[in-house]
Amino acid sequence: MIEIKDLHKSYKMGNSELHVLKGINFNIEEGELVAIMGSSGSGKSTLLNILGILDEADSGSYILDKTPIKNLNETIASRYRNKFLGFVFQSFNLINYKTALDNVAMPLYYQGIKRKERYEIAMKYLEKVGLGSHSHHLPNELSGGQKQRVAIARALASNPKVLLADEPTGALDTKTSYEVMELIQGINDEGKTILIVTHEPDIAAMCKRNVVLKDGLIIDDKKVEQVRASSYV
Amino acid sequence: MFNIERWQEIFEAISKNRLRTFLTGVSVASGIFILVILLGAGKGLQNGIQKQFEQDAVGIIVVWSGTTTKPYKGLNPGRQIQFRNGDYNASVQKFDDKLDLRSASYNFWGGAFSYGKESGSYQYKGVDPDFSGVENLTVVQGRFINSSDLANNEKVAAIGMKVKTDLFKDSDPLGKEILINNVNFKVVGVFTDPGGEREEARAYLPKTTVQRAFGGGDKISNLFFTLKKTDDYDQALAQSQKFTQDLKDLLKSRNTVAPNDDSGVGIFNSVEEGKKFYDLNLYIRLFFWWVGICTIIAGVVGVSNIMLIIVKERTKEIGIRKALGASPFSIISMILHESIFITTIAGFVGLLASLLLLEIVGPMVQSEYFRNPEVDFSVALTTLALLVFAGAMAGFFPAYRAAKIKPIVALRDE
Repeated sequence: MIEIKDLHKSYKMGNSELHVLKGINFNIEEGELVAIMGSSGSGKSTLLNILGILDEADSGSYILDKTPIKNLNETIASRYRNKFLGFVFQSFNLINYKTALDNVAMPLYYQGIKRKERYEIAMKYLEKVGLGSHSHHLPNELSGGQKQRVAIARALASNPKVLLADEPTGALDTKTSYEVMELIQGINDEGKTILIVTHEPDIAAMCKRNVVLKDGLIIDDKKVEQVRASSYV
Repeated sequence: MFNIERWQEIFEAISKNRLRTFLTGVSVASGIFILVILLGAGKGLQNGIQKQFEQDAVGIIVVWSGTTTKPYKGLNPGRQIQFRNGDYNASVQKFDDKLDLRSASYNFWGGAFSYGKESGSYQYKGVDPDFSGVENLTVVQGRFINSSDLANNEKVAAIGMKVKTDLFKDSDPLGKEILINNVNFKVVGVFTDPGGEREEARAYLPKTTVQRAFGGGDKISNLFFTLKKTDDYDQALAQSQKFTQDLKDLLKSRNTVAPNDDSGVGIFNSVEEGKKFYDLNLYIRLFFWWVGICTIIAGVVGVSNIMLIIVKERTKEIGIRKALGASPFSIISMILHESIFITTIAGFVGLLASLLLLEIVGPMVQSEYFRNPEVDFSVALTTLALLVFAGAMAGFFPAYRAAKIKPIVALRDE
């Protein structure tokens, strides 16, 4: 599903150059649930942004679902994001003047799907994350866990190949975090490929594979025995 | 370009961000409103001052006859020239398309007026109907001499306010018969003259009646003309100078006066005096245009400011939309659609409100120096278009930049 070869990325910080990714190689197969771990500054968010076509690598190759991601202009990049990827952010990033249902329906709007169908699909995913009854609530009327569920429903709505989650439980308490992870595990069980960036070992333990980054290099990449989130609840 | 889905998305954004919509709308609407009111007030002031200046008819041209000083075609110098109806008719016929007001007069300097026991000595003139315009008379009671009075040689008189107070005191003069040099005239109107009491100690009678009743034959004393108005003083001056020259030539040749003899036919051209008026009018117009342009600039800056803030405020939303698959084009078009839609609607509201105010309040605030405030509708529309365009431009550049920003930058937590 994802093939990465010798990925480099550096940022200019004034006069000095910060080399963030120093040659990353790894592949992700369909249906995997991968945790990318590392301390702050290890380059894990940069890697996720490149995987999410939100940022571009300086060198190296990135193939997403047999499509090479290279030299894209903004219009094509946005089309690929819409088609291949679903995003879940630490700070939810819901549009605060739109209802839960409208937020979930938004990626479908950019796919050019008609209004009625859009809302049917959006409602289906809201029900899937257990918030069917909250469809007409605005984000500020929802709890943190509920907001993240709406964000997950939105990420799934466009039926992407890969779900990318950047610290999806970073702003949530432990109990809510486990509930969200339970949902993510459920989605993975249905066959969706999911990448999670996290620095929390208990969240990583709930994935099937852990990749550890340090100073822009992968220092560890191992399959783990998945801990079911439901066992905590 | 019309896309129902996009409009639904835009209406949703507009209706769910009431404060933002309201602020943008108010700034555009008030800008247009103030501009239209200002332009209207300027026009009102201009109209008022024009009226003040017109107390002595602007651009009046007066013709009188004199005594020749040069021999011509076998005629001796020292000949008294007498204008006749033919001179007036020929002038009117020749210059008809250039003339605004036209009148001849046949004057008597001292006439014995009496009504009942009251009597006095006043000037009286036989005139044409346009003469009330020439003197800028205001008929305060009844009417002025009209063309049917002339056609039927009616023995009617329009008397000045001074004559009325002297002869009639407080009683109603309309329909009463007065004696002028022992001829009965029926009073049909009373007038006031901005020239004051001296010019109100007069009576105006139908020209034909005076010629017939007082042995004038077809004699006339003076000719009065005004030319059609032009906005530009220089043009008005050139036109009137040409007209006076042509008129002089015509009257000289009709009365056999040497072309180089300026004594036989005299012409006074007040257009040459009118420069003050045209200048003031020009300054007023320039002033209000200047104020108007400043208002538009202020409006444009205001709208631009709001658009900048809106785009800034929506940077995160734009980032989210881009992460979800919005193309830069769809972002820019969303912001532009919104801004154009709001500014157009609000602009029309402001335009209508101000026009309504001018229409309703305008007639109530008439005064000496202010009358008939009005606004050129096409100017108002042009201004509105300018504001909408400026709003779109002001929205475009930040929107373009925002659409270019990488989503991660836009999404970065502040």
